Amino acid sequence: MNIDISDNTVNEALRKSEQAARLRRGIGTAVKYILLSIWALIVLFPFYWMLLTSVKSYGSYNTEYIPKFITLSPTLENYVEVFTAVPLARYFINTVIFTLATTALMLVVIVLAAFAFSRLEFRGRDTLFTVFLSLMMIPNELVVITNYVTITDLNLRNTFLGLILPSVTSVFYIYLLKENFSQVPNELYKAAKVDGTSDFRYLTRVMLPICRPTLVTITILKVIECWNSYVWPRLITDDQMYFLVSNGIQEMRESGLGRENIPAMMAAVVVISLPLIILFLIFRKKIMEGVSRGGIKG
Amino acid sequence: MNKNNLKAWLYLLPAILFLGAFMVYPLIDVLIYSFEEGYNFASQSYFGTGLYNFSYVLHDPYFLQAVKNTFIIVIITVPVSTGLALFISVMLSSIEKLRELYQTIFFLPYVTNTLAVGLVFMILFKKTAYSDGMVNMIINFFGGTSVDFIDGPYWAKMLVVCIYTVWVVMPFKILILTSALASLNPAYYKAARVDGASSFRIFTKITLPMISPTMFYLIITGFIGAFKAYSDEVALFGTDLNAAGMNTIVGYVYDMLYGDSGGYPSYASAAALILFAIVLTITVINLLISRKKVHY
Repeated sequence: MNIDISDNTVNEALRKSEQAARLRRGIGTAVKYILLSIWALIVLFPFYWMLLTSVKSYGSYNTEYIPKFITLSPTLENYVEVFTAVPLARYFINTVIFTLATTALMLVVIVLAAFAFSRLEFRGRDTLFTVFLSLMMIPNELVVITNYVTITDLNLRNTFLGLILPSVTSVFYIYLLKENFSQVPNELYKAAKVDGTSDFRYLTRVMLPICRPTLVTITILKVIECWNSYVWPRLITDDQMYFLVSNGIQEMRESGLGRENIPAMMAAVVVISLPLIILFLIFRKKIMEGVSRGGIKG
Repeated sequence: MNKNNLKAWLYLLPAILFLGAFMVYPLIDVLIYSFEEGYNFASQSYFGTGLYNFSYVLHDPYFLQAVKNTFIIVIITVPVSTGLALFISVMLSSIEKLRELYQTIFFLPYVTNTLAVGLVFMILFKKTAYSDGMVNMIINFFGGTSVDFIDGPYWAKMLVVCIYTVWVVMPFKILILTSALASLNPAYYKAARVDGASSFRIFTKITLPMISPTMFYLIITGFIGAFKAYSDEVALFGTDLNAAGMNTIVGYVYDMLYGDSGGYPSYASAAALILFAIVLTITVINLLISRKKVHY
């Protein structure tokens, strides 16, 4: 009898403490979700605000002393305005050309270099690779001064060539690709050699398909970098016909349109942010994986 | 063998040419520039060699302001962003539902154009004749008075810079930390649970030591990145950062090179070398500390 009672109390106590623990866990989880949602809100709010402002009409935006969080009469007039009053389409096309050309050229250069470092035997290979690696430490700010002078002396200011040339090599991507190339079993190379396949054919038919994931990652990272580049284009272009989107938006801000017409400026911001956001939503996994493997911000 | 040698160099030729022209040569050149006194861009002549450029830069009030701004940005944003990112990542890796959604949202600022989104921050914080702006509305709601964050007092402007910088650098840090946390061996946690260790104890005694290499990687890259702050400031205050009193060291380099105040590659080179020296010193100090503190 006695034992029975104590058994019951023990069970009861156990049940209670379990309940309490579950409640505590539940509260903890709720707090986590609330805090994470607050950060999500902080991240998303600027995006919402730029979309919202871009569909407010010029008149209604300027009469809102207290900004409104929604608009009941969205308009696309700002988007029309920004493509007619400013050569935004031009900036856009320039950036696309710059991004594609730079990325394509860079891929050729780094693939060839990485292949030489990982598969070809030649004297001085390790020394040269060490020299390459040590170049990774050199900050861009240090070399940009001379590059600016070089490009100016070559009369390449306000040309695509001047924009593109200094950014077609990346020691870091050569390193990343070389590591990946080295993982491909050497037996494949030997077999190809026995079959009489040339090095170049081996590179394009065997190595590149095998290492496609790394190549895609590098391409995406480079595209992001190109699309957002600001400092070099600013130094090298002062003709609006060669502005990239970053410079275009900065120009808009400093000259007439952006000062007066904030909704139109926000429309421009939406237009130039959209391509990368779409790219990100499509290649989300690849981009995040790529950045965590070797992305550098800056 | 000789033929092979030739072929290899042929494969390497493009990379060597580009790196030589746009990295190695500039590196030597920047040193030469920095010691040439009174270098004239137009006539390409100079009248002496020495340390004058460094002394000029170090006595330039604009440079000193830039150094001060840069150091404040570094000292505030690196610890805040790293700490916040750790906090968020730990929460993120302890939930299961919606984790991917949160991760995706948190990563979004990484793929946006800093210049463009900076403009959004500007209008959120800006006070104009028409409107006090979004942020001031919130401040007013809690009973505060409006502040002009863009053209107003120094610390208000600095606050916006720091908030925006943290917003921009968080995605990278959260991503790196969540992948580090995901790769930890769950066996350690189970063992600790069985031994009855509290969550806090588990965090400080197991999680932190195990991700300490990642933390130090983030701190080092964070320092380097923050010392190079420039485009965030341009987005918020425009290209004339000296007038806004918000210039950074990198901004000073570019101002010396180009634009209305430009045409002095020697001063720019001296300033860039000083920046490089600062970053190198800080990185070495970081590495020395990490050797003592980090568990590999």
